[in-house]
Amino acid sequence: MHLTEEKIKFLEQKANDIRISVIEMLIEAGSGHTAGPLGMADIFTAMYFHILKHDPHNPDWQERDRLVLSNGHICPVLYATLAHAEYVPLKELQTLRKLGTRLQGHPHRTSLPGLETTSGPLGSGLSQAVGMAIALGIDKKPNQVYCLTSDGEHDAGNTWEAIMLAGKLRLTNLTNIIDRNNIQIDGITENIMPLEPLREKYEAFNWHVLEINGHNFHEIINAYEEARAIYERPVCIIAHTIPGKGIPEIEFDYRWHGNPPGKGPEDKIPKEEQGKRFLAELRTLGGAITSEHQ
Amino acid sequence: MIPEHIKLVSNILDLKSLDQKPIREGFGFGLVEAADADPNVVGLCADLTESTKMEAFVKKYPERFVQIGVAEQNLAAVASGMAAAGKVPFISSYAMFSPGRNWEQIRTTICYNERHVIIVGSHAGVSVGPDGATHQAIEDIAIMRPIANMTVLAPCDANEAWKATVAAAKLAGPVYIRLAREKTPVFTTLETPFQVGRAYRVWEPTNSPPLVVIIACGSLVHNAILAAQELEKENTGVIVVNNHTIKPMDEETIIAVAKEAGAVVTVEEHQVMGGMGSAVAEVLVRNYPVPMEFVGVQNQFGESGEPNELIEKFGMGVSSIVAAVKKVVQRK
Repeated sequence: MHLTEEKIKFLEQKANDIRISVIEMLIEAGSGHTAGPLGMADIFTAMYFHILKHDPHNPDWQERDRLVLSNGHICPVLYATLAHAEYVPLKELQTLRKLGTRLQGHPHRTSLPGLETTSGPLGSGLSQAVGMAIALGIDKKPNQVYCLTSDGEHDAGNTWEAIMLAGKLRLTNLTNIIDRNNIQIDGITENIMPLEPLREKYEAFNWHVLEINGHNFHEIINAYEEARAIYERPVCIIAHTIPGKGIPEIEFDYRWHGNPPGKGPEDKIPKEEQGKRFLAELRTLGGAITSEHQ
Repeated sequence: MIPEHIKLVSNILDLKSLDQKPIREGFGFGLVEAADADPNVVGLCADLTESTKMEAFVKKYPERFVQIGVAEQNLAAVASGMAAAGKVPFISSYAMFSPGRNWEQIRTTICYNERHVIIVGSHAGVSVGPDGATHQAIEDIAIMRPIANMTVLAPCDANEAWKATVAAAKLAGPVYIRLAREKTPVFTTLETPFQVGRAYRVWEPTNSPPLVVIIACGSLVHNAILAAQELEKENTGVIVVNNHTIKPMDEETIIAVAKEAGAVVTVEEHQVMGGMGSAVAEVLVRNYPVPMEFVGVQNQFGESGEPNELIEKFGMGVSSIVAAVKKVVQRK
């Protein structure tokens, strides 16, 4: 699909709307993860509004591409994107993590249309994407399988088991997009368990590797097109992202990995006040415009 | 005496002439039959195709087989993904490693995710023998049966394993099939009835009403029958039930035999904690409590040795079953 400047603007606006929904959901829920969802909003937007072959009104469509979210804890951005893509009513986002909700704290596939799997425990999503890619390959189907993984879950042996198998089988219909935001719960990834040289590790396992700015729609979509063109190898897109992207005071701060507005590392600001300020940051694009109506 | 309608072999009590085969062999035949019947059946193995008996399937359907290597967590989660794309995956390894090592992947990506994957755990029990305790899974029933959506099967011989495998392919949702390594008596026939969730009686008292019911599963069902024969000589009438489906359990049959006999002995090659006997107790305590004894491994690890020596040492031989029956009679 041709990428016009108009489409880029549309995607940027959509990503910002999704970030606003993420913050609104987390304020209402009173718990959940903030940094990862904000950091991945641009990639989710690109996936659901440009890249994926899918039909929100027929979630089980056999021809659809598969998007497997491995690091289930960033589900607020998945739910918000599914809502903006009309899988789910927008107002349902306010039920996140509440009793009886379809929006479980970590995704439960059979609870909500549009989810390809149940996830949360880290390290096993890529295996499932590999399984889907193998099965689709056996049936000679053209569907693409996209897996979204976190950098932190590359600590898990299960992830490397999947990387090894995909390389062995030369799964051409598989793309793994890594959210390389350099943080995990306890700190900076390179302090917790060094992953670098990550690119060379994947290459050594027979993957084709691309590195992009995960907030630049041109780069995201170019990488997707290159991934489609790569034959006989799985593709890994290392997407360099900023955790907490869009709200300067939490950007790059690992202490915002697992908490919602009002429960930040300083824990001094009431959630109403902090939430209002975060939303204002997003609505004015960090002060670049003076009001959301501008 | 053996009830006629279940069509067991005629020489069931003659260990010398009785055919002996590993239970896992039945899985090998069953998988090929299931694959013949359904083109979506696929097989995945963690570097143990020969010893888990998946190799006949691999030879016949190489394009439907995925060699995962020694990576059991990947084994389970890849199978979940294949099921998501319409396949019916059978995954095999030693029970110690699958479901032993990959329990969380089985729970999250298969059970909670509602995927039809059949987990085949071979080499369960101490009868694995010389390999020793590291390879003797005696906790696998306990870790599989509490997971919601899971079906748990422990066939009693190679023929029943064959039928369980074919049946599992046609069920919905996750299934665990427990197999054993060593050759054990093949005493059921292809005509013996098998239905998931339906326990059946393999021994009835000849002349007197039953004093005890022995509820057994897996390879020890045959020992339970031999124990029943000995007890009969001493005028202690018992019923023996083959309780091959540990979950969902045939509560109707279990409650009925407990009412009829008034005392229960469970027999399994597994820790008594959390095993088939515990599951029977959960049913009876709620419905019809009777005195119970549990034959199985008593909070120990196995060790190296010959299978029969180990069965005796860990208190699961015929004499141990007889002793448990006598003990429970005293408590009536």
